[in-house]
Amino acid sequence: MLQIRNLRVSVDGQKILRGVNLDIQPGSLHAIMGPNGSGKSTLASILAGRDGYEIEAGSITYHGQDLLEMDPEIRAREGIFLAFQYPVEVPGVTTMYFMREALNAVRKHRGKEELSAGDFLRLARQKIKPLGMEAGMLKRAVNEGFSGGEKKRSEIFQMSMLEPTLGILDETDSGLDIDALQVVADGVNALRSPDRAFVVITHYQRLLNHIVPDYVHVLGDGRIVRSGDKTLALELERRGYSWIVPASGQAAAAGA
Amino acid sequence: MSSAIDQLEGLTTQEYKYGFVTDIDQETLPPGLNEDTVRFISARKEEPQWLLEWRLKAFRNWQRMKEPDWPNVHYPPIDYQAISYYAAPKSADDRPKSLDEVDPELLATYEKLGIPLEERAALAGVAVDAVFDSVSVATTFREKLADAGVIFMSISEAVREHPELVRKYLGSVVPPTDNFFASLNSAVYSDGSFVFIPKGVRCPMELSTYFRINAMNTGQFERTLIVAEEGSYVSYLEGCTAPMRDQNQLHAAVVELVALDNARIKYSTVQNWYPGDKDGNGGIYNFVTKRGACRGRNSKISWTQVETGSAITWKYPSCILIGDNSVGEFYSVAVTNNHQQADTGTKMIHIGRNTTSTIVSKGISAGVSNNSYRGLVKIMPKAEGARNFSQCDSMLMGDRCGAHTFPYLEVRNKSAQVEHEATTSKIGEDQIFYLNQRGIETEDAVSMIVNGFCKEVFRELPMEFAVEAQKLLGVSLEGSVG
Ligand SMILES: Nc1ncnc2c1ncn2[C@@H]1O[C@H](COP(=O)(O)OP(=O)(O)O)[C@@H](O)[C@H]1O
Ligand SMILES: [Mg+2]
Repeated sequence: MLQIRNLRVSVDGQKILRGVNLDIQPGSLHAIMGPNGSGKSTLASILAGRDGYEIEAGSITYHGQDLLEMDPEIRAREGIFLAFQYPVEVPGVTTMYFMREALNAVRKHRGKEELSAGDFLRLARQKIKPLGMEAGMLKRAVNEGFSGGEKKRSEIFQMSMLEPTLGILDETDSGLDIDALQVVADGVNALRSPDRAFVVITHYQRLLNHIVPDYVHVLGDGRIVRSGDKTLALELERRGYSWIVPASGQAAAAGA
Repeated sequence: MSSAIDQLEGLTTQEYKYGFVTDIDQETLPPGLNEDTVRFISARKEEPQWLLEWRLKAFRNWQRMKEPDWPNVHYPPIDYQAISYYAAPKSADDRPKSLDEVDPELLATYEKLGIPLEERAALAGVAVDAVFDSVSVATTFREKLADAGVIFMSISEAVREHPELVRKYLGSVVPPTDNFFASLNSAVYSDGSFVFIPKGVRCPMELSTYFRINAMNTGQFERTLIVAEEGSYVSYLEGCTAPMRDQNQLHAAVVELVALDNARIKYSTVQNWYPGDKDGNGGIYNFVTKRGACRGRNSKISWTQVETGSAITWKYPSCILIGDNSVGEFYSVAVTNNHQQADTGTKMIHIGRNTTSTIVSKGISAGVSNNSYRGLVKIMPKAEGARNFSQCDSMLMGDRCGAHTFPYLEVRNKSAQVEHEATTSKIGEDQIFYLNQRGIETEDAVSMIVNGFCKEVFRELPMEFAVEAQKLLGVSLEGSVG
C-alpha cells in the first residue's frame, strides 16, 4: 500500500531524514519508535503533506501513486489520516460542523453521497460513545479548551468518522492516563481490518501493550536503524535506545 | 520552499464578482458645488423652505470646515468641485407603482447582484426600499406596513407626506454641523429612507434597503432616519454592492436612529462596495456618520456591521445612551484585503444611569491592507452604575498587512465598570494544514477559520443576512491567504 524509498528530508538546511525505507502492507500495524528529535513527527508530516520541508531525495508511493505530488487534502481524501501530536484549536468552529465538512469532502471524493445533517449526527453519536465522550463535545469548538486527553480522544473520534486506509498516530499516547490510554487503544483496535494499515509513532513501549504491532522500527539519526517484531519494543523498554541509535543521532536529539 | 501563504497570495487574482455597469440614462448635474447646487437639489425634490434653509446652513458650515486628517487612512485629496451632486434615473418622475413597472434592466442588475428583489421580498417577507443611485425606484409591502401604522418610505416622500415628523427628528442626532462629511451630506443629500414605528408597535417584518452606486463621479449622499416610539421594535437591514469603476467614488451617508422609552432598534449592515482592483485602483470612499440616540429609559440600539468593501472606510456607528438603563451594542466584522484601508469602530457615550454598552469588533486584514479599530467609551458624571465591555480581536493573513487598535476611554464617574480585551492573531498555517489533513481544501479552510473567528458577530445578524455575510467573507478573502 505504501512504499517509502531512500527518503531524505531537511528543514532550513538541517538534515532530518537521511534515507528512510519502509514498506507497509494492508492490514499491518507498524510502530515507529525512537528518541526525541529523531524525526518521527517529521516522517508523519511528510506523509500527510505538510509544507515547509525540503525533500532532497527519495520517493513515496501510495497505492501506486506518487504521494509527494498530492496536495494534503487529496491525501486525506485518498485515505491518509494523521492523528496529530499537537491537535490544533479552531475557535468558533464546532467539531460537528468541522467533521461534517470533512466527512462530506471525503465521501464526495470517494463517490459517495453527502450525509444529511440527521444522518451525520446519528453516525457521530454512535462513533463518539465508545470513546467515553459526551455528544455535547460535538458542539464545542474544535479542540478549544479541550484537555490533553480530550484532544487525543477527539483525534481518534475523527479517525473513526473518516475511516482512513492508512492511519498515522503521532504520540497519541503522550499525556494520557492509563484509562484514557485503554480507551484510545480500543478505538484503534476497533478500526483494525485487513485493508487498513496503521503507523503508530510512540516514544514509549506502554501503548504497544494495548495496540499490538506487527512490526517495530527504530528511527535514529534519520534512518530506520533496526526493525523487528513486538519483542523489539520490550527490549527497548529494558535497555533504552543507546545500544542501537548511533552516537551522532543521540547528539542531534539532545540538541533538539 | 513554498508556504501555503505564498501559494495563496499568488491566487489573489479574484476580481470583484459583482463588477458590472448598468446602462440607464442618468439625469446628472454637471460637476461642482456651490449654493446653487444645493438650491437645485432642493428644488428638484420640491422641498419646503425650511429644508432648503437647513441645507444651506449645513453647506455654509461645511465651507468653513476642514476634512478630518486623524483617521489612519491615506488617499489623494478629494476635489469636491469635480464631483457631480445629483443623478436620477429617467424613470424617476413617474415612479413605478409595482415591480412590473420597474425598468427591466434595473431588475436584471439586482439579479446579477444576487438580489432577486421580488423573490427575496416574497420568500423572506422583507419589505424592500431599493435605492438606485439617488432616487428610490421600488417599494414593496407598503400596505402591510401601513396596516401596522409603520411608515417606511424614501425620505423625500416623507418630507412631503410627514413633514412634521421629519422636521422634528432630522438632524436631531447628527446635527448638520456635526462633522465635515455629515455637513456635506446635510447640504446635498439626495435621498434615503425614513422609518417611523409608532408607540407599542413591533414592526411586522424586517426592513431592508439596498443601496447601489452606479453613476461615474456622482457622490452618493444617502440620508436615513429611523424613529422608534415608546415600546416599539424594528430590525433594519442595509446591504450594498457596487459596480466596477476606475474612478474613486465618494460616499458620505448619514444614518440617525432615535429610540424612545423601551424601544429597540436593531440596525444590521452588510457592506460590499467595490474595494478597488488588486493594485489599489478605483474603489469607493466610504465616509459615513451613523449614530443612534437612546433617548428613552430602557431603550436599546444595536449596530451590527459586516464590512468587506470600499477602498477606504471611515465609519463609527455610535450610541448616545441618554435614558436610564439604556443599552448600546456594536458588533462589527471589518475585512480588508489588497490595498483597502479601514478606520472603523464605535463611540459609546454613557449619560444616563445604569447604562450598558457592549463592543465586539473583529478585524481581518489580508494583502497589503490596513485595518484600524477606533473606539471611544465615554462615561459622563451622571452615568451612575454604567458598564461597558469591549472586545477587539484582529486577525492577520500574511505579513504585509496591518492591524491597529485605538481604544479611547474617558471615565468621569467612579462607579463605572469598564472592561477592554484585545487580541491579535495570525491565521495559522497549522490551522489550515489541520483542516487540509481532514480533506478540507484551503479556500474552504480559510473561510471556515475566518467565519469561526467572526461567530460572535454573525450570530447577531438576522438569519438570512448571516448566511449572505458568510458567503461574502468567503468571496472577499478568496485566494487571499493561507
Ligand atoms: N519546522 C521545523 N523547523 C526546524 N527544525 C525542525 C522543524 N521540525 C522539526 N525540526 C527538527 O527536526 C528534528 C526532528 O524533529 P521531530 O520530527 O519533531 O522529532 P520527533 O517527533 O522524533 O521527536 C528535531 O531536531 C527538530 O528540532
Ligand atoms: Mg514528535
